Amino acid sequence: MPPVAFGLSKPLSWVADMTAMEFLPVLFMVAGIVLVAGATMFVSSLLRPSNPYREKNAPYECGMDAAGEAAGGRFRVPFFILAILLVVFDVEAMFLFPWAVVLKEIGLVGYVEMFVFMLLLLVGFAYAWLKGALEWEE
Amino acid sequence: MGGVGNAIQDSVLFTTAESVINWSRSSALWPETFGIACCAIEMISAGCARYDLDRFGVVFRPSPRQSDVMIIAGTVTRKFAPVVRRLYDQMPEPRWVIAMGTCAISGGVYNTYAVVQGSETFVPVDVHVPGCPPRPEALMHGFLLLQEKIKRSRALAGTPLGRIAAS
Amino acid sequence: MSVQPPLDRALIMERFGEAIQDLGVAHGIDVFAVPPEKIVEFCRFLKEHPALRFNFLSDICGVDHYPEMPRFEAVYHLYSLPNKWRIRIKCRLGDPPQVPSVAGVWRTANWHEREAWDMYGIRFEGHPDLRRIYMWEGFEGFPQRKDFPLRGYRDKLNPYGAEGPPPTQPDLATRDIPQAGRLTPER
Repeated sequence: MPPVAFGLSKPLSWVADMTAMEFLPVLFMVAGIVLVAGATMFVSSLLRPSNPYREKNAPYECGMDAAGEAAGGRFRVPFFILAILLVVFDVEAMFLFPWAVVLKEIGLVGYVEMFVFMLLLLVGFAYAWLKGALEWEE
Repeated sequence: MGGVGNAIQDSVLFTTAESVINWSRSSALWPETFGIACCAIEMISAGCARYDLDRFGVVFRPSPRQSDVMIIAGTVTRKFAPVVRRLYDQMPEPRWVIAMGTCAISGGVYNTYAVVQGSETFVPVDVHVPGCPPRPEALMHGFLLLQEKIKRSRALAGTPLGRIAAS
Repeated sequence: MSVQPPLDRALIMERFGEAIQDLGVAHGIDVFAVPPEKIVEFCRFLKEHPALRFNFLSDICGVDHYPEMPRFEAVYHLYSLPNKWRIRIKCRLGDPPQVPSVAGVWRTANWHEREAWDMYGIRFEGHPDLRRIYMWEGFEGFPQRKDFPLRGYRDKLNPYGAEGPPPTQPDLATRDIPQAGRLTPER
């Protein structure tokens, strides 16, 4: 199936030459890394003493019991909201890069398409802002 | 064949895994900086330029999670003893303890209600370094004794491979 | 030793003459004996009078005169920074010892009185936070009293102690930080 989007003037020729077999060295490299790391850690686990108990696994706080907000298991929700917002807008930024590379070939239509995409995300951004998701409160 | 054997003898060293592991453990003893009282000053000066401890591989680590040996330097009071015990518990194995100074060995001059009469009462101690405070050379001697003790010990004690080998 | 005008004892005696007792000069420091109910008024007078201005509390000690009665004593050492005078106030207390707290006069008395409470059992009324400062919470006994054994009571950590109830063990909870871990104060 040649990569033709709506209104694309000509297909992107270089994409059609790449097949799955050309990525085989990448697979070998990944497999090699995983194997080496796994073998090293396995041999290490055979050679090291393992003696976990409750006081050893307790979080380190200069010898005292853990005090403070994180110690009680309480988690501050603004961190989570910020992480969600980061994922969304980071992926948007990530989409901008390949679009910028092929902008010359996809022409005006591609430009307008990206604008529509960003407008949709802008609506989401405005919602988050107005709802107070960007406020860092206790 | 004799030539190959000679070549091997000249360039290949045979040893046991146990001695290699013990040598590497003893050559890189990382102590947890645990100065409580006056002995801490001598420990610091032992780590500084004149009586350098770094040449023995001794690098002071601030956290018990990254250290091999705990130097109890100073008077351990009863209020502080559970903290010392907790920090000893939080060191990963293999771990050793050096009791530096008479207060850590036996309570020193403080035979009172508030001082623990010897850190042996709550942690297992490997090397005692007497003195009040011990000179830096005495602490270095303690480290060398600990290195010899490690080299004499079983390297795979408590490891899965050691359990397999022992059974 | 520079020459400074001596402490005006007449000023103190004319204000409090009938209540307190002038004990003379000991080791270069003027000494007064004050009953416990007058101690706060006396200290406030010493601090705030424009001629005296004893604005620095050096120390609060406790003393245990065991066979004698009254048994306890609280000793206050004051220093006047503008005038460079020292004064010692002795306050003889009964058993159980109780004295009003001077933490309202000098803030530093907070910890000195905690020390006297921890070591002698002298209870300071009106103290905002009277708890042990050297020994741990839950320790039984007052170590500097004459009937507390010097070597403590015997247990695993102290094999040379005297016979008696073994001491409690301290715990590792952090109690001194009122809002532990909080980055902004509670609204």
